[in-house]
Amino acid sequence: MKIHEYQAKALFRSYGIPAPADQLATTPEDVRKAAEHFGTVVAVKAQVHVGGRGKAGGIKVVKNADEAFEAGQRILGMDIKGITVKKVSVVESSAEIEKEAYLGIILDRAIKGITFICSAEGGVDIEEVAATMPDKIITFSSTSRDFPEDEARAVAGQLFNDETKADAVLNIMRGLFKLFVEKDCSLAEINPLVVNSRGDVVALDGKINFDDNALFRQPDILALRDMDEEDPNEIEAKEKGLSFIQLDGEIGCMVNGAGLAMATMDMIKFYGGEPANFLDVGGSSSPEKVIHAFKLLMSNPKIKAILINIFGGITRCDDIARGILESFKHIDIQLPVVIRLSGTNAEEGMALLEGAPLVTADTFGNAVQTAIRLANGEAA
Amino acid sequence: MSILVNKDTHVIVQGITGRDGSFHARQMKAYGTQVAGGVTPGKGGQDVDGIPVFNSVKEAVAATGANATVIYVPAKFAPAAVIEAAQADVPLIICITEGIPVMDMIEVYHTVQNRGLRLIGPNCPGVISPGQCKIGIMPGQIHKPGRVGVISRSGTLTYEIVNALSERGVGQSTCIGVGGDPIIGSGFRDLLPLFQDDPDTDAVVLIGEIGGDEEERTAELIKASITKPVFAYVVGQTAPEGKRMGHAGAIVSGGAGTAASKIKAFNEAGVPVARTIDELADTVAAKFKA
Repeated sequence: MKIHEYQAKALFRSYGIPAPADQLATTPEDVRKAAEHFGTVVAVKAQVHVGGRGKAGGIKVVKNADEAFEAGQRILGMDIKGITVKKVSVVESSAEIEKEAYLGIILDRAIKGITFICSAEGGVDIEEVAATMPDKIITFSSTSRDFPEDEARAVAGQLFNDETKADAVLNIMRGLFKLFVEKDCSLAEINPLVVNSRGDVVALDGKINFDDNALFRQPDILALRDMDEEDPNEIEAKEKGLSFIQLDGEIGCMVNGAGLAMATMDMIKFYGGEPANFLDVGGSSSPEKVIHAFKLLMSNPKIKAILINIFGGITRCDDIARGILESFKHIDIQLPVVIRLSGTNAEEGMALLEGAPLVTADTFGNAVQTAIRLANGEAA
Repeated sequence: MSILVNKDTHVIVQGITGRDGSFHARQMKAYGTQVAGGVTPGKGGQDVDGIPVFNSVKEAVAATGANATVIYVPAKFAPAAVIEAAQADVPLIICITEGIPVMDMIEVYHTVQNRGLRLIGPNCPGVISPGQCKIGIMPGQIHKPGRVGVISRSGTLTYEIVNALSERGVGQSTCIGVGGDPIIGSGFRDLLPLFQDDPDTDAVVLIGEIGGDEEERTAELIKASITKPVFAYVVGQTAPEGKRMGHAGAIVSGGAGTAASKIKAFNEAGVPVARTIDELADTVAAKFKA
C-alpha cells in the first residue's frame, strides 16, 4: 500500500524526523489561505501516488499568496500519469537548501533483512545513481528488528560530508528504522534529506510503502489509504477474493493461479494480441468467484474476447464449469468466450459445458490463438 | 532418487484439524506419503482418519520420529508455527500458508537458518518426489517419476509445466515450489546445488517470474558451479510496473526485477529460456525423455 507525501511526512514527525510545516488544500482558495498562514515562500505540491510530479509540472515554488492561488488553480485537476490531482500540500519553504542527500530503507530479499541506502547525491532518482555512480551509494543492513547502531554511526557523518551533522543524521536514521519496523514498511525513503540555511537537517520529501500482508495489524496505516488513487475494479475484486489488475488490451483473461495468469498474458502477447487484464480467481474457486470475475470482465468495454484458462489442481474444473453456466444465466455475455480446462475433473467440466455458447480449446496455445482470432473478428 | 523428500520421509501436519490441513493430510496419505501425525494445540489425543493429533511439535516428533513438517495454519499464527518447528529441530519445514507479514518472515528465516534447518516457502505448493512422497497441495497424479528436477516460484503454473513434461514422457526427480513471497526460506540458489549433487537428477527446470533478483543471482551461480543442464521459463513480461501480480514478491519496481533482465541473465549463463510452455517441454523432452 502506498500513501501520500504529506502523510509520510506526518509519520516522519511522529518518529522524530524533522519535516517542514505543511497544510493540505483541495481548492485554490485553501492554497491561498495556507500560503497566507505561512506568510513566506511556499511550495505547492501535487499529492498523487505516482512519481515524476516535478517533471509533470505538479510542483511549484511561489513567493506570495496570489501566486499560490494561481499555482493551486493550475495543479488541482491536473492529470499526472492518468491520475487527476485532487489535493496539494502547501509546504513552508522559507529556508534555503544548502546540501541534499538520499536516505532510504528497503526490504532486502537477498539478505532476508532490512537495508539502508545512503547517498550524498540527493534529490535525484536513486536508481539512476545506483546504475551510473554505484560508488556514491553506501549501504548497511540489519537482519532483525534491532537498529544497526555501529554501522549507522560510521555512515552518519558521510551523508553530508559534515561530522557536525552526524548526530542529527543518526537520529533520523534511528527514527526511520523504528518507523519501518513498527509500521511494517516495505520501503521508506527521504529524498531529499537536506541541510538548510538554518543548519537544520530536514526531510524535504518522503515516500513510504507498506507490506499489504501486514495491514491487518496496522489499522492507523490502513486509515491513510486513498481510494481515489486506486482502481475501483481492483478494490472490488479484492473484496470478492480475486486478484485483478487492469491493463489496456482487448483480450480479457480469467485464470487460476498468479503464475499461470502471468503466463497467459505473456502468451497472448507472444501470439500477437494484448491482454486486457491480470485476473487470478485463486485456488478452490467457487462458482460465485467465477460469476464475479465475469462481471469484472464485462464491465471493460475494450474487451473483444474472453479467454478462460484453468489448470485444475486444488481448483476443480467442474466447479469452474458450474460457475460459467451460472454466469451465462445471470449476465448478458455477448462476447466470444474461449475456454480451456485441464487437470482435476477437466472431463466432468467439459461435459457440463456441452451446448453452452462458448468455444473450447484443447491446449493452452490453441486457446490463446483462438481468442486472438475471435477478438480480431475472425472465425474461431 | 530425489532431493529433500523420499519414501523415508515421515511428515507431521501442523494445523491438521483445520479445513486445508485435514483435506491435504488425507490427500498426502492417499498419495503414499508417510503422514506420521498432526499438531493442533488443545486437540492432542484426537485423530484425523487414523492420523494421531498432538498438542505440540515437540510431542509429535518425540512420539513419531518425524523428520519433516508441513504448515497449514493461518497467516497470523504461521510465523509462530514455523518457529515452534525450528525449536523442535525438525530438519525440513514446509510452509504452505499465504499472507505472512514480511517483517515476521525476517525473524522466522534467521531462526530456522541459525539452527541449521531448511525452510521451504511460505506461500508455496510444497515439495514432491513423484512416486515416493508428496508434501503440500499439488495434484499428485500429474507427476511422473523420473530424472528432471523442477524449481518454481509459482503454483498452478508449475502444475501446468509438470503436466506438459509428464505428457511428453519426461519424469521428475523432485519438484519444489519455493513460494511467491519476497522473503522465502529457500530459493533457486539454495536448491540448485542439491540437484547438482543428486546422482538421480540429470537436468533442472527453473520457473521464474518478475520481482527481485533471484534469477539474476542464480545465473551467476550456474556460470560458476552448475554443470548439469538447466532450462528456464520466466513469466511476467507483460506485467505493468509497480503492480503486485498476485504473488507478494512478483512486482517490478523502479525498473528492477523485470522479466527481460532475468531472461538476459539466464541467456548469458548459457541457460536457454523458453518463450512458451510447449517450447520448454519440447526442448527438455528432446534431450531427457525417459
